[in-house]
Amino acid sequence: MRWISEHSRTTLLIGLALAGLLQLISGNLDVYYLNIGLMAAIHVALAVSLNLVNGYTGQFSLGHAGFMAVGAYTAASLTTILPEALPAIAGLKGFSLQLWFVFSTLVGGGAAALCGFLVGMPSLRLRGDYLAIVTLGFGEIIRVFIQSSDTLGGARGLSGLPPLTSPFTCVSLAVISIYICGNLVKSTYGLGYLATRDDEIAAESVGVNTTRCKVNAFVVGAFIAGMAGSLYGHLLQYINPSQFGFLKSIEIVVLVILGGMGSTLGVSIAAVVMTFGLEQMRNLNEWRMVIYALLIIVFMIVRPQGVMGTLGVERSRTKSKRKAA
Amino acid sequence: MLEVRNLKVSYGQIEALHGVSISVEEGKIVTLIGANGAGKTTLLRALSGLIPVEAGEVELHGERITKEKPHKRVARGLAHVPEGRMVFANLSIAENLEMGAYLRKDKTAIAEDLDFVYELFPRLKERISQLAGTLSGGEQQMLAIGRALLSKPQCLMLDEPSLGIAPILTRNIFDQIVEINKQRGLTILLVEQNVNLALEISSYGYVIETGNLLFDGPAEELRKDPRVLEAYMGG
Repeated sequence: MRWISEHSRTTLLIGLALAGLLQLISGNLDVYYLNIGLMAAIHVALAVSLNLVNGYTGQFSLGHAGFMAVGAYTAASLTTILPEALPAIAGLKGFSLQLWFVFSTLVGGGAAALCGFLVGMPSLRLRGDYLAIVTLGFGEIIRVFIQSSDTLGGARGLSGLPPLTSPFTCVSLAVISIYICGNLVKSTYGLGYLATRDDEIAAESVGVNTTRCKVNAFVVGAFIAGMAGSLYGHLLQYINPSQFGFLKSIEIVVLVILGGMGSTLGVSIAAVVMTFGLEQMRNLNEWRMVIYALLIIVFMIVRPQGVMGTLGVERSRTKSKRKAA
Repeated sequence: MLEVRNLKVSYGQIEALHGVSISVEEGKIVTLIGANGAGKTTLLRALSGLIPVEAGEVELHGERITKEKPHKRVARGLAHVPEGRMVFANLSIAENLEMGAYLRKDKTAIAEDLDFVYELFPRLKERISQLAGTLSGGEQQMLAIGRALLSKPQCLMLDEPSLGIAPILTRNIFDQIVEINKQRGLTILLVEQNVNLALEISSYGYVIETGNLLFDGPAEELRKDPRVLEAYMGG
C-alpha cells in the first residue's frame, strides 16, 4: 500500500479524480450530507495546514482563524463587493465565473500568506507560549479590524456571497493541501522543519536556518488557511467576524491534537470524523458541546498521541527510503 | 585556522567571557580545560554563532565571521557538536545523518562521508532506522559526531563528548576522534571535563576559569603542570 502515501503524485491524481467524480454525481446526493462533506474537506485543509506549523515545525500558533478571515474577506471582496462597482465582473457566468472565483481564492490565500509573513518575521523568534500569545493577538486584531470596517460589513457580516464553492474545489483544496504539506516535510529541505521541532540548537548547529524554516511553514500554512477561508465563505454565502474568532482557532488546534501532532493522515481523519460527528450530535442540543468536550478529554486520556501518533509518518518515511535504496 | 581575539559574551547583565583569546592551528587537536561554569560551552556557542558576541573577533581561515549566522558558519566548514548530544530524537539515525548534510548538494561525496561515519561507528549502521531518541547516551554521542562530520567541516568543535557516557565507550569515542583528526586532517577544538584523557589526545591546551584565560601551553606540559594537576586531576 506504499503508493497511497500522502506525498505521492499518484495519490494527488487519484484525489483530484475523486474530486471530479464527486462533482459529477453531486446532483444526486443529499444536499445536507454533501454540505457537511464539503465542510469536512475545508476542515481537512485547515487542520493539515496548521499541522505544518504546530505539528511538524513545533511552533504553537493560535491564529489560524485569523488567516482564514483574511482569505475569506479578501476573496469575498473580489466576488461580492467588487462586482457592484465593475459591471464587467458582475456579468461573468458559468465557467469564467468559476475561474474568477478560483482567482479570488488564490488572492485570498496570497493575502493571508502576506499576513503570515508580516506576523511571522518578527514573532517567530519567540518560542512556545509567547508565540501563542502573539498569534492569538493577531487573530483578534483581524477580527476587530473587520468588525469596525463598514465596507466589509462590520459586525453585521457580509451576506450575499455567490454560492461558488463546489465539491470539486473543496476536495481539491484538501487533496492539494495534503500533497503540499506531505511533500514539504518529506523533502530533505523539509527535514529541517522536523529538526527545528526536535531541537532548535542542534538544528542551527547543522546549518538549518530555523527562523526561515518557521517563517516558511507559517506562510504556507497561512496561504492554505486563506484559501480554505474563501471556500468556507462561499459555501455558507455569509461571513461575519465572529465566525473567525478565537474559538475557531481552538477548534482547528483541537483537530491537530486529536489527529496526532505531525501526522498529516491523522489530522485529516480527525477533521472528517469531527465534522461529521458534531453534525450528528446536533439533536442533542445543549448537551452537544458538553459531550464534545468530554469525548476530547476521554480520547486524550486513552490515546494522548492522537489518532495516528506523532511518529507514524516519520517512521514510514525511513522505511520507504530504505526500500528505494 | 581559527583565531579568537578578546572575545566578550554576556547573558543579559552578566558577562560570561571577559575577553578570551585563543588560536587553533590547522590539523591539531586543541583542548579547553576549566571547571563547571568557566565559560567553555559559552565560548563554543559564541564561535558557532548560537549566541551573540559582545566584543572581540572570530576569524576562520583569516576571514571574519564574528557576526555571521550559524548556518553560514556551518557552510564555511565550522561544525559544532553541542553539549548533551542534541540529536533529533524523533528522527531516525539515517535522517539525523542526512540532516548533517543539510547544506550540501554533492551527493557522491555525501555518500562517501556517510560510509566513513559508519566505518568509524559501526553501531550506527546496525541501527540505521532506529529513532535517535531510543539510543543509549554513547550511541547518541556517536550520532552527534557523525552528523557534524557530514557537514564536511574543516574544524570540528566538540562539547563534552564524554558527558554521561560509560567509561569504555568514552575511550572508544576518543579513539575515533583521533582517527578523524588523522584520516581527515580535521582540526578539532575539544571541551572536556576528563582533563587527563583530553590532554592525552591533544597537542595544545587552554585553561579557562570564570570567563578568563588563565594560561595555556602544549598538552604535554599542561599534563605535568602542578596548577592543572591540583585543580583538575585531584593533585
